[in-house]
Amino acid sequence: MNQFLLFVRKEFYHVFRDPKTLLLLFGMPIAQIILFGFALTNEIKNSTIVIADYANDIASHQIIEKLAASNNFEIQNQNLSHVEIEGAFKKGDIKLAIVFPANFNNDLLHTNNAQVQIIADASDPNTANTLTNYASTIIKDYQRELTGNIMAPLQINTNVRMIYNPELKGVFNFVPGVMALVLLLVCVLMTSVSIVREKESGTMEVLLVSPFNPILVIISKAVPYFFLSIINLTVILVLSTTLMGMPINGSIGLLYFESSLLILCALSLGLLISNSTDSQQAAMLISLMGMLLPVMMFTGFMFPLENMPTGLQLFANIVPSKWYYIAVKSIMIKGLGLSEIWRETLILAGMTAVLLTISNRKFKIRLS
Amino acid sequence: METDIVIKTEKLTKRFGDFIATNQITFDVQAGEIFGFLGANGAGKTTAMKMLCGLSTPTSGNATIAGFDIYRETEQIKKNIGYMSQKFSLYEDLTVLENINFFGGIYGLSKKRLSEKSESLIETLNMKELRKKLVGSLPLGWKQKLAFSVSILHEPKIVFLDEPTGGVDPVTRRQFWDLLYAAADRGITIFVTTHYMDEAEYCNRITMMVDGEIKALDTPKKLMQQYSSDSMDEVFYELARGAKRKAD
Repeated sequence: MNQFLLFVRKEFYHVFRDPKTLLLLFGMPIAQIILFGFALTNEIKNSTIVIADYANDIASHQIIEKLAASNNFEIQNQNLSHVEIEGAFKKGDIKLAIVFPANFNNDLLHTNNAQVQIIADASDPNTANTLTNYASTIIKDYQRELTGNIMAPLQINTNVRMIYNPELKGVFNFVPGVMALVLLLVCVLMTSVSIVREKESGTMEVLLVSPFNPILVIISKAVPYFFLSIINLTVILVLSTTLMGMPINGSIGLLYFESSLLILCALSLGLLISNSTDSQQAAMLISLMGMLLPVMMFTGFMFPLENMPTGLQLFANIVPSKWYYIAVKSIMIKGLGLSEIWRETLILAGMTAVLLTISNRKFKIRLS
Repeated sequence: METDIVIKTEKLTKRFGDFIATNQITFDVQAGEIFGFLGANGAGKTTAMKMLCGLSTPTSGNATIAGFDIYRETEQIKKNIGYMSQKFSLYEDLTVLENINFFGGIYGLSKKRLSEKSESLIETLNMKELRKKLVGSLPLGWKQKLAFSVSILHEPKIVFLDEPTGGVDPVTRRQFWDLLYAAADRGITIFVTTHYMDEAEYCNRITMMVDGEIKALDTPKKLMQQYSSDSMDEVFYELARGAKRKAD
């Protein structure tokens, strides 16, 4: 036990004396959170739009006022003609145009069938979709206000409620993703590099010749990184709840439990990588290239998995962060408990067990 | 000299597929001896040493180290040997004292004994001012001397040194050998591989390995007589001439 503590202390010396490791360990999560939280958001704010108002009556004015009041839009010009709209799109500085035909108010009140045209620049389809949604929501809102006064016969009102994330905040999506990304990458990288470093420097041989149990060598390497990752996780959680208003609706204990599982899984993956190479550079490359892309692609926080071809969807199942991501979202946002996410938990635990078994076996082979 | 045999091998062989790294080597090493293990690069020295240390399992043959069997009693062997690898084997980002404490600690030395040991070690090596310095900042010769001293911190019966003086200047090498002699005087058996022939002459007995086999085993003096040459260099050339393996 004494020897074990000695080893763990030595491992902490390594970490704290290497500024690069420290930077990677604590700089990366902070940078990621800020990057994903603030810069990469899928909410669209202050898009410039133009309006061609042929009606110029009370209804069209009221809608335009509403559009102007929303912080999604900024009206550049509201007295354009049809032809001028095309020119504005071509110049590329507007994203959306709204056209009110003549007699808009009249049609609305007397025929119950008024038309508004929304034209979007679909060269960026996602933006176009989002913006048209924003605009039609505002127009429907106006309609609902009117029908409050005049009861129209036979009308279906769709009442949309965005549950769990009523403001459609992108942060809710990104924070669990960043947690998965950071924990997985940092842990895999740290363990694989630190074990390979010992091989490269020749100290691994000395350790294996000593009476110190080789399994303990591995465990005592994992302990400091486990500990540091938990601190890392805490930093991410504090940052995202205070700076970005990310809620933690479920149990914090359960959140840490699931994270511990992912960390263990990552540590055993790092161990596996360290067994298959003898150079630090190779270990670093395998960890970064081998992890970064699959984790970004298949966790589900950047690209929706549902839209992928079946083959890729199946592949996503072996990416541990996918399951972690689902579990963390359920805990933080929906406030669910273990009884709802037992499946994800079990899969993560299973992956860890398999990885540990393989790498443990491979490590023993290297001793012979 | 005592006649206790501390290393005894019998037809020890290691194959990697078709390649026979060491072929049926048989020799004895006596307690307190400085036993030189010589050969060109690729002759099988390191493989042989790794088997004796328990880092590698032999394909066939027998060996006992300090009276323990290398197949079944590796745990006891580990407690009785020290090892210094070909690569420099201390932590460069730990201080001199931290390295001593770490390696002493994993051999289970008590705090009290460790502090006594490290005091006398630092004294002998004249490193008083350097003890709080990171090992990475020391010159290579110092590192090697420190690494050797650390490898015998737990007073092992045998210490295995794999080309310990690679890249070190002749003066420092001489100092390093003074440390080896001092350790041998205390009764520690020293098993050392080298390809510096001047160092071979410092050994009590040497073996010469060529293509994985032992081609000669005797005191340097007798070998020189046998091959009627003035230096170990010539003996080495004489023996290695027939080598089929190319040095890598």
